[in-house]
Amino acid sequence: MPELAFDLARIQFGFTISFHIIFPAITIGLASYLAVLEARWLMTKQTIFLDLYHFWVKIFALCFGMGVVSGLVMAYQFGTNWAGFSTFAGSVTGPLLAYEVLTAFFLEAGFLGVMLFGWNRVGPGLHFGATIMVAVGTLISTTWILASNSWMHTPQGIEIINGKVVPVDWLAIIFNPSFPYRLVHMVLAAYLTTALLVASSAAWQLLKGNNNAAIRKMLSMGLWMILLVAPIQAVVGDFHGLNTLEYQPTKIAAIEGHWENPPGEATPLILFAWPDMEQEKNHFELAIPKLGSLILRHSWTEQIPALKEFAVEDRPNATVVFWTFRVMVGLGMLMIVLGAFSLWARWKNQLYENKLFLRFALVMGPAGVIAILAGWFTTEIGRQPWVIYGLMRTADAVTPHSVTEMGISLGLFVVIYLAVFGAGAIYMLRLIKIGPKPKEAMQGDAFSVNKGEVEDFIIAAEFHPPHPTPSERKDD
Amino acid sequence: MHFDLPLIWAIIILFGIMMYIMMDGFDLGIGILYPFFSEKSDRDVMMNTVAPVWDGNETWLVLGGAGLLAAFPLAYSVVLSAFYMPIILMLLALILRGVAFEFRFKAQEHERHFWDKAFILGSFAATFFQGMILGAYIHGIKVVDGVYAGGPLDWITPFSVFTALGLLVTYALLGSTWLIMKTSGELQTVSYRLARVMAFVLLVFIVAVSIWTPLLNEAIAARWFTLPNMLWLSPVPLMVTAFFVLLQKALAQKAHVTPFVYALALVFLGYLGLGISIWPHIIPPDISIYAAASPPESQRFALVGALIIIPLIIAYTAWGYYVFRGKVSAEDHYH
Ligand code: HDD
Ligand code: HEM
Ligand code: HEM
Repeated sequence: MPELAFDLARIQFGFTISFHIIFPAITIGLASYLAVLEARWLMTKQTIFLDLYHFWVKIFALCFGMGVVSGLVMAYQFGTNWAGFSTFAGSVTGPLLAYEVLTAFFLEAGFLGVMLFGWNRVGPGLHFGATIMVAVGTLISTTWILASNSWMHTPQGIEIINGKVVPVDWLAIIFNPSFPYRLVHMVLAAYLTTALLVASSAAWQLLKGNNNAAIRKMLSMGLWMILLVAPIQAVVGDFHGLNTLEYQPTKIAAIEGHWENPPGEATPLILFAWPDMEQEKNHFELAIPKLGSLILRHSWTEQIPALKEFAVEDRPNATVVFWTFRVMVGLGMLMIVLGAFSLWARWKNQLYENKLFLRFALVMGPAGVIAILAGWFTTEIGRQPWVIYGLMRTADAVTPHSVTEMGISLGLFVVIYLAVFGAGAIYMLRLIKIGPKPKEAMQGDAFSVNKGEVEDFIIAAEFHPPHPTPSERKDD
Repeated sequence: MHFDLPLIWAIIILFGIMMYIMMDGFDLGIGILYPFFSEKSDRDVMMNTVAPVWDGNETWLVLGGAGLLAAFPLAYSVVLSAFYMPIILMLLALILRGVAFEFRFKAQEHERHFWDKAFILGSFAATFFQGMILGAYIHGIKVVDGVYAGGPLDWITPFSVFTALGLLVTYALLGSTWLIMKTSGELQTVSYRLARVMAFVLLVFIVAVSIWTPLLNEAIAARWFTLPNMLWLSPVPLMVTAFFVLLQKALAQKAHVTPFVYALALVFLGYLGLGISIWPHIIPPDISIYAAASPPESQRFALVGALIIIPLIIAYTAWGYYVFRGKVSAEDHYH
């Protein structure tokens, strides 16, 4: 197969999954957030929670739709483009994906209808049940897919018979060494991403001069979440890194831009550099001595493996992962700073007024999404040249399509994804720009009609606004 | 106890694909019928009849893919590589129509027509390429040493174009009878007319495919036209005839629910007929379910989940349909 077609296949996979991951990350977080809002509403009967629910459920529905269609592509791409991989390891990834469909996708899809359109068709208790099911479904889905992905990073529990993977111990396959770290890290990432989105939308409204109880509540809830989760995420990330050092030392060497180990010299922490794969060294290096050993080995002297200790054809691209990793960690640090800033602003009673703070919260809106992409690029590109670490090279996994076929399909993906998901992003921003209104829940919402009074299917008004954009005309 | 695992899995996957064709069939049909209705309010109602359920319907397609990967990885790899282009085009089409459900109601007045078109184009193209894939699959796939050995355009044949058109009509029939069940007034009246036409055209397609398929392949001809099979299999065409007559009667009597039920029965019989032709090959013409099976450890592990969970899925899916039972009408917007 021509080298170019192979590269196109890799770009196509990376492109499509990068889009896919964004939507589930937001839906995982929003589903849990909506469940919390509905629970608070049921407990306190304060309509502000219901208003917030009705506002965020619109954005949730939008993201969910985009997550479903982009996910459908993923489920088929393993066969269309990675036939070698599927023939070799479908015996492991197949059952895991099948469990994901059975336990998660159907659950989400089955209860989504009731969650979105069912307010006047079922009672509040049952409706809450549907929201919970959808939220649980997103978490189950994350669990299975990350078990599968983690197994590709740290495979175990199998034998290779006649050139194919044969599963021996399913528990070992699912609970493979990197799975717990990746799962926790990813779920926290989804929660952080959503919290940043929520807080940033609130900050935008406040900066525009829109100030109501729902908007303040949103800001406050989002920031408590960030304050709590961002530091935990850093700790979990540290553990994740230690786990990677044990199982994929080449990846860590690439992330650290660490080329060689002079005898007796502890590993430094390189803050800034341009790793050069050809010349096997860093340009413009700025490093702190010994700190690398301290972080990764918790020791002042012990070294970590260096890139030159591995054969050239076994090294991942350090130029890329060095930087993607720093983008993720840098953004993680900024999130911690934002959390701390919010605590200070709360203490000073300025949470809703401090312009500097609100602007900071506003620009941090997309930080979660960017960090997630950067994190995945680090993980996946750092795994190369393997698709199943140590067992199968990516080059052996690919379906041998021609350059023409790959060129056409990649071209179509790029055009349609940019158009469709670009439009989706615009619609999402439009909704966020309108922001939650007092009585959001009552705006012709079906729930204000007494349940049982109406025979026919009633559509929640938010999906069928009498005006082109919901409520915009009301007070804007 | 010994289970014939590949056999059980083949049945589960056939069941999943059948669920997909019958359920996503009617909501793809709505998109195919969109051009016949130009009123915005009609289109709103049409989309709202399926909005709460389409995602679940499409999930059967995901189950088909995942089940195939789990139980028959070789078939998954070969079939999907062989039909690379039509599958990618089908997926892109499903994206266009899938987002239309959300975007249409979020778009401003002057943008809406764009998502209407995306919905129509997406529904048409998704169905068309599914039909092409179906036809090309029946036609057979060239495999050497467990790898697809044909060319990138092998899937385009007169037969596959024909099955593609047939599938468009099938889904349009399901869609129109679904609309009869879920709507009232003018929209319903037009749906009655559409359903009658679609039913006739579908019958023509069923007869034509039944003649054409055995001509393609001697094994298929032998399956149907030798004794004693012929006796065993004769109920299939007889029942097709019977349900066609029942459907026409129900349409003439302006029944609300039974046309949809009879249309489903027709589609089921058509599907059964194709299944009988191909069985037990999972990559026609000659790789059997046993040759393509994944290790028993994989099939057994996934089977435990499938047998416990699929009944639950059917139960809560049915509950979902029950919650949204009844007619949908245009006034519903203004509550
Ligand atoms: C909001 C998102 C987010 C934030 C703030 C962070 N991460 Fe992260 N990180 C991810 C989102 C993410 C991710 C996208 O979820 C990844 C990709 C794969 C995975 O399991 O998680 C990831 C991967 C990932 C890996 C690679 C694991 C591997 O080798 O496979 C390491 C070492 C870290 N992270 C460490 C950190 C550290 C030390 C952080 C300190 C602030 C940090 N992450 C913040
Ligand atoms: C969801 C976020 C993810 C992102 C952003 C992502 C990104 C990427 C990227 C950029 C590559 C290309 C690496 C390279 O070739 O240099 C890749 C490869 C790959 N990833 Fe991931 N990945 C994600 C999750 C997953 C998951 C969940 C799985 C499996 C269940 C997976 C399986 C693969 C496979 C099979 C490849 C091989 C193809 C290749 O190396 O190009 N990925 N991914
Ligand atoms: C390459 C690997 C992946 C495949 C094959 C895949 C497949 C899919 C499919 C087919 C759907 C649509 C389900 C439906 O019809 O309802 C979907 C949605 C979803 N996926 Fe993925 N996915 C992958 C990666 C991921 C990752 C890495 C995560 C999370 C960490 C994830 C989480 C979700 C969630 C929560 C949903 C449902 C919510 C939504 O649609 O937004 N997926 N995925």
